[in-house]
Amino acid sequence: MKQFITFVKKEFAHVLRDKKTLFILFGMPVMQILIFGFALTNEIKNSQLVIIDNSHDVATQQIITRIEASRYFETEKTMMDAHEMESAFQEGNIKMALVFPANFNETLLHENKAQIQVIADATDPNTANMLSNYVSSIIGDYQQDLNKTMEVPYRIIPEIRMLYNPQLKGAPNFVPGVMALVLMLVCVMMTAISIVKEKETGTMEVLLVSPFKPVLVILSKAVPYLFLSLVNVISILLLSVFALDLPINGSLLLLFAESTLFIVVCLALGIFISIKTDSQQVAMLISLMGMLLPTMLFSGFMFPIENMPMPLQVISNLVPSKWYYIIVKSIMIKGLGFSAIWKETLVLVAMTLFLFGISIKNFKIRLA
Amino acid sequence: MITLQNISKWYGKEKTLAVDSVSLSIPKGELFGLIGPDGAGKTSIFRMLTTVLLPDGGSATVNGFDVVKDYHQIRNCVGYMPGKFSLYPDLSIEENLNFFATIFNTTVEENYDLIKDIYIQIEPFKKRRAGQLSGGMKQKLALCCALIHKPTVLFLDEPTTGVDPVSRKEFWEMLKRLKAQGITILVSTPYMDEATLCDRIALIQNGKILSVETPDKIRAAYPDPLFAIKSDNMSDLLKILRSHPLVKNSYAFGEFAHATFKNEFLQEKDLGELLRHENLTAVELKRTEATIEDCFIQLLSA
Repeated sequence: MKQFITFVKKEFAHVLRDKKTLFILFGMPVMQILIFGFALTNEIKNSQLVIIDNSHDVATQQIITRIEASRYFETEKTMMDAHEMESAFQEGNIKMALVFPANFNETLLHENKAQIQVIADATDPNTANMLSNYVSSIIGDYQQDLNKTMEVPYRIIPEIRMLYNPQLKGAPNFVPGVMALVLMLVCVMMTAISIVKEKETGTMEVLLVSPFKPVLVILSKAVPYLFLSLVNVISILLLSVFALDLPINGSLLLLFAESTLFIVVCLALGIFISIKTDSQQVAMLISLMGMLLPTMLFSGFMFPIENMPMPLQVISNLVPSKWYYIIVKSIMIKGLGFSAIWKETLVLVAMTLFLFGISIKNFKIRLA
Repeated sequence: MITLQNISKWYGKEKTLAVDSVSLSIPKGELFGLIGPDGAGKTSIFRMLTTVLLPDGGSATVNGFDVVKDYHQIRNCVGYMPGKFSLYPDLSIEENLNFFATIFNTTVEENYDLIKDIYIQIEPFKKRRAGQLSGGMKQKLALCCALIHKPTVLFLDEPTTGVDPVSRKEFWEMLKRLKAQGITILVSTPYMDEATLCDRIALIQNGKILSVETPDKIRAAYPDPLFAIKSDNMSDLLKILRSHPLVKNSYAFGEFAHATFKNEFLQEKDLGELLRHENLTAVELKRTEATIEDCFIQLLSA
């Protein structure tokens, strides 16, 4: 036992003395959370919108005020003809234009209907779609308020409730994703590299010719990364609660327990890679290609798995981060308990057992 | 005690033979040298004896334990210093030593007397990281780490490669002191001059043992009279020696050329005459004792 503790201490020394490793370990999660949180969001904010108001009446003023109040747009009231508008779109200065025809209010009152032209730059179809939806819903709101005072015989008003994430923020989606990504990278890559490093520098040879059991060499390599990853979980959660205003709705204890389980899966994967490779470069490449890409593609946080063709959906089941992503979303965002995620937990447990099993089977007590 | 019986090792798909049916027996307390050029198969032999490599043929024992079956017992009682520096460069001297002491279930204090002579030389730098040590200091530290658990057999794979001559000399003096404590030592080296410091040596080339004897006996067994020759034009001298019909074997050796002749009754003055005929000037010529290197070259050409 004393040997084991000494070994673990030595591993901590390796990590803590290597500034690059430290930076990757603790800098990466923070950077990713901040990048995803503030830069790479698919929410649309402050889009350039020009309003061409040919009417200047009460109704147009009220609609414009509502649009200006929304944080989606940066509005500018101006007059321009179709030609000028086109060149503004072409130069990319504006994303959307709103044109009120002359006598807007009058037409609305007398004919019971009026038209507003909404022109959007659809080079990015998602953005164009979202922007026009925002505008439509603002106009729709205004219309409902108008109608309150009037008797209209039939009206169906959809009452939309966005569950778990009423403001449609991006954070609830990517925080669990980034957690899965960061833990995957840190645990798999770092453990794999640190074990292969012993092989590469020849220290493994010395350790093999010692009473210390080779299996313990590997286990004691995993312990520091388990601790450091838990520190990462804490820092990600702190950032998401305090910097991104994303509360943790479910049990914190359960979240930690499940994270520990996921970390163990990743460690087992890292150990398996390290057993199968002999150089740090290969270990790193396999970890990156084999872990980062599938985690991005198949965990469901960037691309919805339901939309993928069947074979890819099947493959996605092999990616541990997919299950962890579901678990974290359920606990953190939906506030669910263990009864809702026992299946996913079971999958992760099975993966751990399988990976440890084949690692032990493939483990070499000799050099070649 | 170490025994090897027809032990062989080959690598890769082409089954390149690295160790070719080697048999040796090294009694307890002997300082045994494995002498041979790079790629002769020394490291493979070390790895098989330290149980980290499986032999492809033959068998071997260390302290009576079989290297394949009883690998665990062997790993408990031997000290191994691989050819490549294999300590943690980011740990200090002290930390490396303490780490290996703990791994071997012992403490530095318990066996300090064994490493004292060596450790005292690197102790002033004990806080320095191993990666920042000079080559000689690294090897001394590695030796300390290999000795810290009081092994009964010590395997040192090229411990003096890349070490300056003064440190090399010190290193060998340390080995002699360890031998005096009854530790069996198997050491390999590509340096022929170190061979004379061993009790017995095995000359090895291409995985085969050429000769196993005490260094003196190996030198005494040199078959021909050997001459050291010097001229002010060494390249011409070597060229002439190489093509001369009377010359059996010739090669550069330090500032001299060493040569043996087909006619073993040739005397120094006959040879001087012979070389002056070839328009060589300032010829210096003397009979010399064969060194281990001469023996090695002779065995290779035989």
